[in-house]
This record gives sequence, C-alpha cells and structure tokens, in this order.
Amino acid sequence: MKSPLPWLLRLAPLLLVAVCAVLLIFLLQRGLGTFSLSLLFGDVPPLQAIFGQRPVWDGLWPACAGTLCLVLLTLTLAFLPGLGCGIYLAEYASPGKASFIGLAMDILAGTPSIVMGLFGFTLIVFLRQTFLPNANTSLLLSAGCLSLLVLPVIVSSSCEALRALPRDLRITAFALGMTKKTVISKILIPQASQGIAAGLILALARAAEDTAVIMLTGAVANAGLPAGLFDKFEALPFAIYYTAGEYQNTEELARGFGAALLLLLLSVLLVLTAHFLERRYLRQRQGFHAAGRAR
Amino acid sequence: MPKSDRAAQKRQDKDSEASLWIRLATFLAVLAVVALCGMIVIAALPALLASSHTPFEWVWQPYQGHFGILPMCAGSVLLALSALALGFPWALAIVIWHLTEEAQALASARKGFGIFIRLLTTVPTVVLSFAAVFLLTPLLRTAFGGTGMCLLGATLMLSLLILPTMVLVMESGLSQRLDALCPHALALGLSRYQLLCHCVLPKNRQTLIQAAVLGFGRACGDTLLPLMLAGNAPKLPTGFTESARTLSAHMALVTANEVGGAAYNSLFAAGLCLLCTTIAVTLVLRRLAPAKDQKTHS
Repeated sequence: MKSPLPWLLRLAPLLLVAVCAVLLIFLLQRGLGTFSLSLLFGDVPPLQAIFGQRPVWDGLWPACAGTLCLVLLTLTLAFLPGLGCGIYLAEYASPGKASFIGLAMDILAGTPSIVMGLFGFTLIVFLRQTFLPNANTSLLLSAGCLSLLVLPVIVSSSCEALRALPRDLRITAFALGMTKKTVISKILIPQASQGIAAGLILALARAAEDTAVIMLTGAVANAGLPAGLFDKFEALPFAIYYTAGEYQNTEELARGFGAALLLLLLSVLLVLTAHFLERRYLRQRQGFHAAGRAR
Repeated sequence: MPKSDRAAQKRQDKDSEASLWIRLATFLAVLAVVALCGMIVIAALPALLASSHTPFEWVWQPYQGHFGILPMCAGSVLLALSALALGFPWALAIVIWHLTEEAQALASARKGFGIFIRLLTTVPTVVLSFAAVFLLTPLLRTAFGGTGMCLLGATLMLSLLILPTMVLVMESGLSQRLDALCPHALALGLSRYQLLCHCVLPKNRQTLIQAAVLGFGRACGDTLLPLMLAGNAPKLPTGFTESARTLSAHMALVTANEVGGAAYNSLFAAGLCLLCTTIAVTLVLRRLAPAKDQKTHS
C-alpha cells in the first residue's frame, strides 16, 4: 500500500537538513581558508608561543589555552562532587532522598547558563563588600560557575552507568562476603568507568562551548595566556562573540570564522566520542546481562 | 525486584553506610543548588522592596532614573513563544516522518538522521549566532530594511536551536508506544502513519506538552542568540521586524556596561524572573514525567 504521507511531512526533515547544510557550508567556505598554523599563532613561531616566551597578538592561541585551562579546572572542581553524588543516588539513596536530589539536579540542569554567570557575579560583588575588597572576576570563578553547569551531566551519567550494571555482579560480590564499600570501590566503579568517562567528555563539551557564564565571570578579549587562577583570561567562545560585534578589519573577521569552525569541530568531536563510548558501554553491559540470564 | 532481594538489600544498607566523601559530595552538590537560588533571591530583594526605581515598570532609561525590566520580560516571553510556534509543528512533522513508513524503509538514512539530530543539540549557540549574524542578518536587512537585527531573525534561529531537543523528547515518548501497538494495528490494515495520527498522538498529548514546555524553557534561557541577533532595543517590540531585548540579553549587557546602583538591582530582579521561569518549567516537567511512567507500566 502506498503511504498517505502528506508532502508537508516530507518537507520538514528536508528543510532542516537544508538549513543546516547552508549554515555549515557558509561557515566552511569562510572559515576553512583560515585553517593554518598562523590562525593559532599569528606570526610568532609556534614553540615560543606555546611556552609563552613571546605574546601572540594576532592568533587564537591565547583563547585556546584559556579554554583548555578553564575546562580542565572545571572538571577538576566538578568531578568528585559529581561522581560522589551519582554513587549516592544509584547505591545509597532512599526513594525520598533520591527524588529530592533528583529535583535539585533537575533544577540545576534547567537553570540558564546566564543565571549561573549572575550567581558568580553576585558572589564577587558580595565578597568585595565584605571580606575581600580586592576580589575580582577570574579564571577560578568562571570554572566554579561552569562546574555548577556541568554537575548535573556528571551526576546523571555516573548514576546511569552504575544502574546499567547487571545485578548478578552485585549479588555475586555480596555472596563472596564483600562489604558494600568494597563492592562499590573495587567492582562497580571500575566496571562502570567507561560510562562515567562518557559523561565526563560530555561535560567537557558543555564547559568548552558555554559563553554566557564566562561573559559575566571574567573572560576578556585581550589577556594573553592565562596568568593565574585569580586573573582574567581569554576563551574561544568569548573570542567568537567579541569578533562578531567588534571586528576592525577583514583579517579579524576571517579569524572569527576560523574560531567558530574550530569550536564547532571541537564540540562535535567531543560529543561523538562520548556518544560512541556510551553506546559501546551500554551494549557491553546489556550483552553481559543477557548472557548471564541465558545461562 | 523480588521481595527477598529487597530485604537483603536493606540489610546490606544497614551494614554499610555511605562513606564520608560520598555523603560530603552529595551534600556539596545539593548545597550548590540551594546557594544558587538563595543568593539570587537575596540579591534581588532590595530591588523588589525598593519604593523608588522599581524594576517593574515599562521604561528603561538609566539616565532618567527609570530601570524597568518589563519590556525585557515581554521580549523574552514573546521570543520564546514565537520560536515555539515555529519550532513545535516543525519538530512534530519531523518526528511523524521519522516514525512512519518512508523513514522506516530507509534504515540507514533513518539512523543517520538520528545521529544528525543528536549532533544538532550540541552545536555551540555562539557558533550558531555567529553564522546567523553574517548570513541571516544581511538577508533580513535587504528584505525589510533597518539594521537586520530584529525579532524575526532571533525567532528563526531560536526555533532551530530548540528543535532537536523537542524532536528527541517526542521521539523517545512516542516510538515505544507506537511499536507496541504496531503488530495489532498492521494486522487490522492500518498503516503506521494512520496508527500514529489517530491513536498514538491523541493518547500521548502529555509527551507533546512535555516537549513544548522543555522547548519553551530552553528558548527563555538562551542568551547568545537574542543578544547577537535581536538588536537589544529596550522597548516593547510592535512587530517581527522590530528590535527587541530579552531578559538574558539584558543581563549580559548590564553587567558589561553599568557599574553599581539601581541598574544592578534591576539586573538581579531580571535574574530572579528568569530563574523562577525555569524552575517552574522544571517542576511542570517533573509533574508530567511520573504520570507518563505509570502509563507505560500499566
């Protein structure tokens, strides 16, 4: 039988693909030509630029380095609280507590990133009026606010990874006389590590692309390489935003397109990696589970 | 879970409490949420209680002492609703196409489209806005005159931003139920399309509402697209080719330009409005979700 699908329904996905293709081709056309070492380092020799011996004025290297520091610092801050909360949620929490923590994480996940930025900004205003009159927006503050942003991602992915483990594993381990602590730290977490890693990579991608938070908490257009935890810094997304409004010549505009393409590639790559890790993890677990049942 | 297993589990729980770092981590995570909400409420209190320079008026003229954020509230709601009006039917059409015969016949294309949608959710908004500023804005400028920075451009891009999220929510809600009914319905001579339109969609309004609410929340919260595309004039827009400012864009602009005083107070009031909206969205979504689960179980 011929399907009675109206043409409008066929048009919808085609339109979506077409719009995205137009945007992507536009970005590629304007940005691909700029991809070279000089996009990152300008006319400074790369090694000297990387080690900060000579400042880079017309390249993206300071912004990339800033984003790298920011993302690593964010993960450092968010990893342990996220993992711990995920373990608690999956293994210990009573239904009431689980629903309360779930609510808190849902609220956090739904909070717009600009509000997280405002939280950091409020914190600095508060600190300035009270204990630390010299406090200012900085790398550490941005990383702290970003870690709030990625916390729900880490919590839910580590919780899901633990829940996806076959129950036989737990029962066997308990039957061997292990205490719950040993089971969790020696068996469940190593078994779930791939799923947890997928969540971390996803969190990395979120932290790398977010602009609104760092806009309010210390990203600036010209700071050079990140100097320290309490200094202002440059970041890739902020550089893109800044270029769109304030570019002076075609060269800067071309660099903006290069930066946009770079960030797009980075986040797509990260998310694809996380996606495949997660898929492989779930397939392995379910395969293991099914095999256990069949026996 | 069988009853004896549950009892054994309970005994195990009593044997071993969660270790200290796990409890500390959980406490920290919950504390962060409470601190976030509390801090913004406390910061917004002076603005809410102030008798002069109240943020709840329709005029934003900092030099004349008017710090009203109502035009921005209206801008946010207007923009989110229009993006939803455009994005929701589009997402619904895509999901219907994706679940019915044509897409089912092309298995590889269907899988590729699924990955494509998933990738779309991860496109950085700043990249999307950047591309739109140099592609869409000139087009709008030649079509309607003015600067090209208008509500229409932001609406178009925002609908593209919330589309993949809504598609994923609808798909995960509908596909299982469709597949469960399929053998019976196909035996009766219905096509998947007829089954979807006449049985599954009317019975699963909840999923559609969930998708719409989630889309609305995301559209309200996004900063970069309105900031870069909508023009940011602090007044009530009267048409789609007019410039508008949203709460989120307002917050970004005020922190960048003003130093202290009543402008800051209005900033915190704006933050509180936005936070309340998204918390309401979260609560509505949680209300909708358990009902959905019960339905699948019974």
